[in-house]
This record gives sequence, structure tokens and C-alpha cells, in this order.
Amino acid sequence: MSLATQDSAIRTGRVTRTLIYLVLLLFALFYMLPLYVMVVNSVKPLDEITGGGMMNLPQVFTLEPWAKAWSSAQIGVDPTGLKPYFWNSIKMVVPAVIVSTVLGALNGYVLTKWRFRGDTILFGLMLFACFIPFQIVLIPMARMLGLMGMAGTTWGLVLVHVVYGIGFTTLYFRNYYAVFPTELIRAAQIDGAGFFQIFWRILLPSSGPIAVVSIIWQFTNIWNDFLFGASFAGADSQPMTVALNNLVQSSTGVKEYNVHFAGAILAALPTLLVYIVAGRYFVRGLMAGSVKG
Amino acid sequence: MAHSADVDFKTRLQSWLPKLVLSPSLAMVLVFVYGFIIFSVYLSFTDSRLLPSYGWVGWENYSKLWRLSHWKISLSNMGIFAALYISICTILGLGLAIFLDQKIRAEGVIRTVYLYPMALSFIVTGTAWKWFLDPGIGLENVLQTWGWESFEFDWIKNRDFAIYTVVLAAVWQTSGFVMAMFLAGLRGIDNEILKAAQMDGASNWNLYRRIIIPQLRPAFLSAFVILSHLAIKTFDLVIALTGGGPGRATELPATFMYSYTFSRNQMGIGAASATIMLMTVAAIMIPYLYAELREKK
Amino acid sequence: MGFLDIDNTTKSYGAVEVLHQVHISIEEGEFLVLVGPSGCGKSTLLNMIAGLEEISSGEIRIKDQVMNGVHPSKRNIAMVFQSYALYPNMTVGQNITFGLEMHGIPKPEREKAMKEVAELLQIEQLLDRKPGALSGGQRQRVAMGRALVRDPDVFLFDEPLSNLDAKLRVDMRTEIKKLHQKLGTTIVYVTHDQIEAMTLSTRIAVMYGGYVQQLGTPQEIYDSPANIFVATFMGSPAMNVMPAKVALKDGRPFAVVELHDGTPAELPFSQDNLAAWDGRGIMLGIRPETITDEDAADRKSSNIAPMTNRITVTEPAGSDTFVTMTLGGKDVIARMRSDADVRPGADFKFSVNMEKAVAFDPETEMRIAP
Repeated sequence: MSLATQDSAIRTGRVTRTLIYLVLLLFALFYMLPLYVMVVNSVKPLDEITGGGMMNLPQVFTLEPWAKAWSSAQIGVDPTGLKPYFWNSIKMVVPAVIVSTVLGALNGYVLTKWRFRGDTILFGLMLFACFIPFQIVLIPMARMLGLMGMAGTTWGLVLVHVVYGIGFTTLYFRNYYAVFPTELIRAAQIDGAGFFQIFWRILLPSSGPIAVVSIIWQFTNIWNDFLFGASFAGADSQPMTVALNNLVQSSTGVKEYNVHFAGAILAALPTLLVYIVAGRYFVRGLMAGSVKG
Repeated sequence: MAHSADVDFKTRLQSWLPKLVLSPSLAMVLVFVYGFIIFSVYLSFTDSRLLPSYGWVGWENYSKLWRLSHWKISLSNMGIFAALYISICTILGLGLAIFLDQKIRAEGVIRTVYLYPMALSFIVTGTAWKWFLDPGIGLENVLQTWGWESFEFDWIKNRDFAIYTVVLAAVWQTSGFVMAMFLAGLRGIDNEILKAAQMDGASNWNLYRRIIIPQLRPAFLSAFVILSHLAIKTFDLVIALTGGGPGRATELPATFMYSYTFSRNQMGIGAASATIMLMTVAAIMIPYLYAELREKK
Repeated sequence: MGFLDIDNTTKSYGAVEVLHQVHISIEEGEFLVLVGPSGCGKSTLLNMIAGLEEISSGEIRIKDQVMNGVHPSKRNIAMVFQSYALYPNMTVGQNITFGLEMHGIPKPEREKAMKEVAELLQIEQLLDRKPGALSGGQRQRVAMGRALVRDPDVFLFDEPLSNLDAKLRVDMRTEIKKLHQKLGTTIVYVTHDQIEAMTLSTRIAVMYGGYVQQLGTPQEIYDSPANIFVATFMGSPAMNVMPAKVALKDGRPFAVVELHDGTPAELPFSQDNLAAWDGRGIMLGIRPETITDEDAADRKSSNIAPMTNRITVTEPAGSDTFVTMTLGGKDVIARMRSDADVRPGADFKFSVNMEKAVAFDPETEMRIAP
């Protein structure tokens, strides 16, 4: 599934080409517009925005909104800024990503190299779990977290994200390991390597690319999640997205658009960075979730 | 002579290990997904309000649900939203992919620009568009200050048009991804077929209409499945962009379920609506997954 | 009891039996080749010997030890795979010693064993490289090195040469044969290439449709094929098999075959018991190299029959010229000297070495044994 250009056989005239470039450019502007608005307005004083200058570059450059969004904006009842919620997200994302990726790798290994009767059905069950509307599990999940004493905790959220993420991580590793030569596994078996030794010594050293895909995908998904955060997080475990929404939706006081924009960028920054640094893998993850080939 | 096969403990353990390793994940999925689905479906037949309760009421929640104008609005919004979102994303994605496939300079950069919204949270997207479309400070205000005094663009505050702003933001977020899917499909087409068609005298238009686009069937199918399940799950975007308003103008089944279950303490009805959502997704996903997994066997 | 016994072994997947009651027994130091077209069950059988596939019924024994249910690593076998299956993340040296490491052999011993094997296979200079940096032939050697270092009771080869180009394949074939002669190890070797089977083996099992069609020495298989399948599968070009009738003349059985124009040719059999088939139809099998011109006929043969027939096609192949004619309603190929005076469309006087001809029962397709 490469996106590399090939020697296309289609020839286009000069006028057509100009038009094509024009359309492409127009859409590039369309996609950049909200980001431009966010960035530009996050470094302006508030009155420049309310005065109708949303599209203008800042006349007075200020990092004040960023500082405020980060450390002193009113979120819920406390003027804490987004900082504590940022760390909540980190504390939730890191373990959830690691656990779901490790489980996905092991599952993919079993489902491709230790096949047994009915394994495809089991995989189908796991995969379908990624696509359900999560509304269907909200009520029982809330009860379950309560029963397990994890209601409102970061660990509760980690559990939720692991459960609803393993379908995808399993899919990634399964598709990747499916084309990993089975003869290598057999050779290792004859050499006397056991189940975990084969995984650890033979498969894992070659799993770098897919592990990156899985990690990026899980990181993006979990970081960006709102539904589970809003449903299951307690006051001191709310993730970044929930806090941002609280910040933006708060009905008290003046609407500080510049702070909202700065907050939105702060919430988007980690995933955006990942996308820019490792976009190739990000795209591959997206594609594997759709075209399973 | 030969003594019978002595299968030692370690060998037996080895043969059980794969299933043992798979079982935690499987148990989690069975309990947290399928067990919970059964529980939720069960709740939809009970008199649960603030908390789950187990008084059986049969189809009452469903008949109540279908009498609620709130639910009907959510459904008709869903209809509008899904139809526009899926078709616009598909057309736009395909169009941009075809354009990008013409040996475009700086293709990598353009691709990156088109696709980055997919990395953002719907909450971020919602926030950005919310203020950009806000008549008080956003586009309307800007154009008026620039001298176009009569310009009006208040869809986001307008009951009749607010749902289209949700479509706009959602299309903005996902169309790049659809573009990437179609682009991958285009790149997978055998170039020699195209050369042969050109020798046959096909114009570019005919080349695409008769040869290329028909070969993108799998990409169309995947795009449809992905987009439709995203549409049904759309929740965060509405919360951040419009909060379901103005009034109930942008309520969707997902937001309906959330507010009935958690704010209005009508858990039975909430569960019933979630069940209907699940059935809708299942009707699309199960045949798709079945076909995909069977092929790969 | 042999060194390796495959005793009444079957393999089923669910209700489908893919391998039917296989009986093979070989002695220490033998080179057994399992040969057959793809899907005949030869690789399945090899994997069962290796322990990579379960045995559905029957037994496999190595040195009188029952191997059913024994883990592959505990059977004291080594295997060379079709794709070589070299671990891509390890160096050649690590690849070779991985099995020893897994069996808990201390490092100095591993190193020593590795050196010996590397020397034997002349791959010392490759030890620090990764498999990705090797040529096909080098990978092949490393794969063999990995097998040799274990000093196993039985070597298993799964189509090891099929990924090499034609020239290299011939070289490696010779090398494997040398290695076998030098080390005297017991080998089970799977291939679909009947030339490999003939050149390498001391014993061949020809397989088809999940059955062992015939087990024997290369000579037995070639000269006395058990049935039409074996006859046509082994040998290149394939044995000509055509319908014929048996007729008695002075008590001696003859094969009566139709020439290109429908007139009968009479070819005397060397096999007396075919007299019992008088007046009945058989399938006559004649190898291409036993149809020649008069001068090239085998002088040691006691039964050379002349036959004049029309040539339809000639195919010069350098060392030989292949001549096609219509015989018994079939295209029949003769393998002639390259300087034989043959022209398409011309009638030619052939000499058929009937001592080598075989007859098959047209119903059962089995050879009618002398």
C-alpha cells in the first residue's frame, strides 16, 4: 500500500494542469484555515479578535493566552489551566498504549503462527469490538469500574482504552505477521526455541515498523478520546480533551477566545507532532484500519 | 521395542501456551464488549432510570423512544448528516486523489496538509470551527469588517442550518483520509492497463470513467464502511461544535443517548437508543468483516 | 526395523484424509527422496517426520523411538527449508548456533562446532554477515550449516533447491550429494523435480494423491514403474504410453499398435506372461530413448523391433533430436542422436528396444508384472 508516485500513463494539457494546481491549492487553504485561525489568534490580545480581526496577523504579539491556557485558566471550579489535565492524559495514554500494543503483538503472533480451529472467528469478534458505537457499553462499563473500585481513576481509563484498543492492535500485528514467513517459526521450533523464545528472538526484532504504527495509532486515538474521558474520569483524572471542552464551554465570565485557541493547540500538539514526525506510519495505521489487505 | 510416545509436561505446556496467551484479551473482549452489549440490550427492556434496575417492561422503552420528538430529530439529523458526510467525503476524496495522482509537484507536502486534521481530536476541530463560524467574531464579522457589510453567515446559530456546519467540520476532518485511501487505490492500478486503454484511444475522461474508477471498488467499499460507522459514532464533534444546539437542531443519536442516560436519568431509553445504534453499525460492519476475513483465509 | 520407520501413517484434516497409510522404512545413511507433483502430500509427510504436523494415525519411529507427539526439537532432526528460513535479524554465525544455544550448549562448544561447519561448507568469511546480504547460493549453504551443526540423526530437506537458478541448482545438487557421501548421514529430501530425485537418492518414494505410488531404488522406479503415473512422472521426456492390443504369434505375445495411417505395427514382447492377455487391450509404455534409428539401437538388447512410421515434428536439442510421431493415436516421442537423418513428413525406419517396454492394465493402470 505504497503512496509513492509511479510513472503514470495519464497525460494532461497545460490548461488542465494549471486548473488542477489551482484546485489543489484551494483545498490546501481550506485544510490549513482552521489551523491558521487557531495559531494566529492564540497569540493576540482578546480585543483584536472581538474587534473583527480574526483573519489578521497579530498586531501585538503575546504569549499570554498560552501561559493562561496552560497554567491559570478557569477549568471547572479551579483556575488550574490545562497543565494538570495534560499530565492526566499522559498518565493514561502511556500505560494504555504499551499494554494494548503488547497484547496486540502477542495476539497477532498467536493468530497467525499458532493457528487453531475457530481462530478467525475469535479475531472477527475482537475486530468487531473496535467498530461498535461505544454508547452500548457506557452503562455497564460505569458499573463495572465501580465494582472494581476503579471508578473515576486513571487506571480505570487505562483499562477501558486497552479493552477497546486491542482489536486494532491485534489487527495490525496479525496483518503484519501474516506475511512473516512461517518457515522461520518452524525452523526455530526445530532449533528448540519455545513459544516465547520464538516471539522474543525471531519475531519481535523484525516488528519495528508495525509496532510504530500500533503505538502511533493507539496514542492518537486515546489522546483524542472524549467519550470515555467524559463518562468515566473523576475530577482529578480528566484527560486533556475533557478539560479543553470544559474550558471552551464554560459559561461564566468573558469568552477568552485567544485562550481557547491556545488550549486547543495545546491539546492537539502531541498528536500533531507525532503526525508530522512519523506521518508515514500514521497513514499506514489509518489504512490498515480500513483496507485490510 | 519402541516405548509409547512420552509427551512430557513442557511439550504439553507449549501446545497450550498460544491459547493461554490469547485468553486474557479474549476474556476482556467477551466480558467488556459482548457481555456489556447483552447487559445494555437487557437494560433497554427494563425500568432503569438513574441506576440500572431490573423490572422487566418489555418493549415499552422502545415505544416511548419512538414517540419522543427529541429522538426523531436525532434520527433525521443523522440521516442528513450521514448522507452528506459520506457522499461529500467520498466525492471530495476521490476528486482530490485523482488530481494528486497527476504527478503533482510537492505532492508529499499537499498530502500532509490534507491529512493532518485526522490527527486532531474532534474536540479541537469543534473548537476551531465553533469560533471560526461564530457570527460574532468569525467569518461573518471578518468579511463585514473587510467591507462586505451585507454578508451573513450564521448557520451555526440557525436551527435550520446548524447541522450543515457539523457536516462541514466533519468533512474537513475526514476527507483527507478518504483521499489517501483512494490515492492508494489509484497507485495500485496496473499502469499497463492504462497504457493499453490509451492505445485504444480512450480520452482521459473515459479512462477514469470506464477503466480506473470501476477498479476502485474496494476503496469505495472501505470508505463507505469507515465513514458510515464514524457517522453513527459522531459525538465529540457535536459536543464541541454546537453542544447539540441551537435547541435540538444538531442532536444525533450518540448525543441523545448520552443526555438521556446521564443527564435525564432515563437509562432504559438511553439503552434502547444505544441498542438501535449498535444494530445499525452491525448491519454494515458484520457483512463487511465477514467478507474480508473469509477472503483472507 | 529400519533407522527411520514410517509405519502405517495417515494424516487427516477434519474428515479429509490427505495422506493414506504410508509405509516407508529406510536404513541408516540412506538418501530417501519423496517426489511428486504439488499437493501430493510429500511436504505434509516431511513435516510429520519433523514434528511440525501431528500424526493422525500410525507411527513414525527414528532409531526405534516413537516420535508421535514428541516436540520437533527433541527428535534430533534438522531441516533445510525451501526459503532457507534464515533468521533475518541474526548474523550467519548466530543463525548457525541458535539451535545449539536453545539446547543449552555452552558458548565455547558452540563456537567450535560453528567453525567446523563453516569450514566444511566454506562459509567462514560470511559468519558476521546478515542473511539479507547473501546470495541465494550462500543462503543455501548457511541453511545447510545450520542443519549440520546439530549433528542430527536425520536431515530433512524441503525443496531446498527450488529457489535457485538453473545453473546454481545443478551445482548445489552435486554438493549435497558430495556431502551425503562424505558424512554418510540419513536424509529425507522432498522435491517435485524428478531429475533431482533420480540423481540424489538411494531410495525414491513417488507420491500422488496422498498415496505412495511406489517405493524403490532409482533404477527400479525407472525401469519397472508400478503404474502409469510413476511411469510418466519419472523421466524426461515422459514415457510414451499408448493403447495397444496383445496378439499371439507362434505362442509369442506381440503388441499391435496403430501407425499414423491406421495400419498395424507388430512389436514382439520380451515378457512371456503377456500371452495371457491375448486379444485384450493394454497400455503400452515405451521410453523415448528406446526408440532410435537402426544404428543407435542398444546392442546388448535381445529384442529390437523395426517399425516404419511417419515423422510429424523434429526438435533438435543440441545433444539429441526429439522426433514426434503418431502411434496408437497418441503423439509419441523418440529420442534420437543429433545427427540422425530425420525430416518432418518423411517415413522413417525406427528401432524399438522392446526389452525395455512395459505393459499396463488399462483398467487399474497398474503394470502387468513379468
